[in-house]
Amino acid sequence: MNPVDWFNSFSAWITGVVFYSVEIGGAKIPLIVTWLVIAGIFFTFWLGFMQFRGWKIALNLVRGKYSRKSDAGEVSHFQALATALSGTVGLGNIAGVAIALSLGGPGATFWMIVAGLVSMATKMAECTLGVKYRIEREDGTVSGGPMYYLRDGLAELGWARLGKFLAVFFAICMIGGSVGGGNMFQSNQATAQVLSVTGADDTFLGENPWIVGLAFAVLVGLVIIGGIKSIAKVTEKIVPFMAILYFLACMTVLIANASKIPEAFGQIFTGAFSPEGVAGGVIGALIVGFQRAAFSNEAGLGSASVAHSAVRTKEPASEGFVAMLEPFIDTVVICTMTALTIVITGTWARQDAGELGGVGLTSEAFETVIPWFPVVLAVAVILFAFSTMLAWAYYGMKGLGYLFGDSKTAENVYKVIFLVFTVIGSAAALGPVIDFSDSMIFLMSLSNIIGLYFLAKVLRKTIRSYYQRMQSGEIEEVPVEERDREVSL
Amino acid sequence: MAMDTIVVGVDKSEASTRTVAFALDVALRREAKVVLVHVIPWSPFSFTTQAENETRHADRQREIAAAEEQVIAPAAVMAENAGVSTTTVVQHGNPAETLIGIAKENGGDHIMVGRTGDDSVLKSAIFGSIASRIVQHAPVPVTVVP
Repeated sequence: MNPVDWFNSFSAWITGVVFYSVEIGGAKIPLIVTWLVIAGIFFTFWLGFMQFRGWKIALNLVRGKYSRKSDAGEVSHFQALATALSGTVGLGNIAGVAIALSLGGPGATFWMIVAGLVSMATKMAECTLGVKYRIEREDGTVSGGPMYYLRDGLAELGWARLGKFLAVFFAICMIGGSVGGGNMFQSNQATAQVLSVTGADDTFLGENPWIVGLAFAVLVGLVIIGGIKSIAKVTEKIVPFMAILYFLACMTVLIANASKIPEAFGQIFTGAFSPEGVAGGVIGALIVGFQRAAFSNEAGLGSASVAHSAVRTKEPASEGFVAMLEPFIDTVVICTMTALTIVITGTWARQDAGELGGVGLTSEAFETVIPWFPVVLAVAVILFAFSTMLAWAYYGMKGLGYLFGDSKTAENVYKVIFLVFTVIGSAAALGPVIDFSDSMIFLMSLSNIIGLYFLAKVLRKTIRSYYQRMQSGEIEEVPVEERDREVSL
Repeated sequence: MAMDTIVVGVDKSEASTRTVAFALDVALRREAKVVLVHVIPWSPFSFTTQAENETRHADRQREIAAAEEQVIAPAAVMAENAGVSTTTVVQHGNPAETLIGIAKENGGDHIMVGRTGDDSVLKSAIFGSIASRIVQHAPVPVTVVP
């Protein structure tokens, strides 16, 4: 059995377990997606719609209005957000959205946006806790994330054993998620786009896509094994510009089809409530939308909590407010842009939509306006995929470090496995890859969200207290001359 | 009359050493005190990697210690030998902006910097040198030492 066949059968098994679904009114509802949706709705209410009330606070924090000069040189709110975003904005925003539309029709867009807005509360919850329970080692390095709030937060409440168990379970799932959605899916879709724009589909390279995967593996390997940090640094600096370029490319497609914009919105709204030809009707579109939104913005999975907890702040809730911007930028802005381009160009309705799959569909949508746009997309895709892979390799290593106490052997074994899966991801078919990625990533939400519920009271107190002190003026903006630096918006 | 305060931007360059010597000479004659400042280039709006963020706090401490030892200490020794009263500041930030800010905070009457610092030739050619930015924005007289 070759590795790809082995992977396909393993993927089918794990997907069956994780995506156990119940059928309601002809629609299959995976329980795990419901789990995420309920968490989002719960925290939206529990935290008092903070994701809508806290915008000003969030933006002022990112702009540096609360940063003192004495904090200069530490990780700023902006940096924590940008770093977390580089792990979040990936192929989920481009390929994942296309998949949602090909399965759920234009209406899936509506539900994706709703999911994005709701999940801002979940993200706020997990990132506040991430900072609150992070640990600072003697050498000054900082580690945070669900492992720590599950272990230490639950211990405070007298659930030490449960907390430890959940933390270990989470760490294992995060390692799995890093290999799946954070790696294979990225490599798979980036390879697909590379082959498509180079016209190499039918050539030797097209028949051996693992060669492209190998190239990715070598590059990622140079960073994570070779320790060549400059590659990672350069990537971090280019990715934000790629995101802007991608945004502009989407805008170009939309402007070129400006007359069809009202119609596209019409399709999205009618499709959301009375979809035609979508398996499972409204519920079907809703589930697909929610699932792809979750895969893209990662709220409830706990991964971003690891990235956000590096920020320098005395107020854990402050990072919660900043973190809620992440699902907004990722899902409500970027995913919606992708969705609009696909809906407006009508590519989602093509007969071969399923065959084109993921990134292929987005690429087609771009091509209808400007023939060379798929090349721009390919560059964006490669960079997004690469930065997401690096971010997830880091998350995986954090999970591993938690389990094995930073053992070098374990780390090296993990790195090799990670790279092997980069190669397998490029060669396997999209179906099994996406199923496996989803399974691994969604599993993370199991223990993370249990922890969020346990810590819900602590969380509400932390966030409310911060919000009230901000409103009452007890926490004041730092006077301009004492500020570190700020940007004007 | 209150003592004049000369704020001197220092780095590892030779121009910086000449600037310190010049500043000390002026300080002696005018009975002024000197503030030796080193700014570690840094922006809260730069893009960083996960690994960089994890070690940022520790790295910052190390950067400050290194600056104090390698940049500030030699200049402070020069000042001590010359018998000029001196304070020192090491801070992260945009070099020009931060130096001007520190001058304001310390009641600086005069800023002195070297014409060329640690910045690369290319960077200075594109964005202008730190010295020229200070000249343009400082609220007090600036002396640029070649």
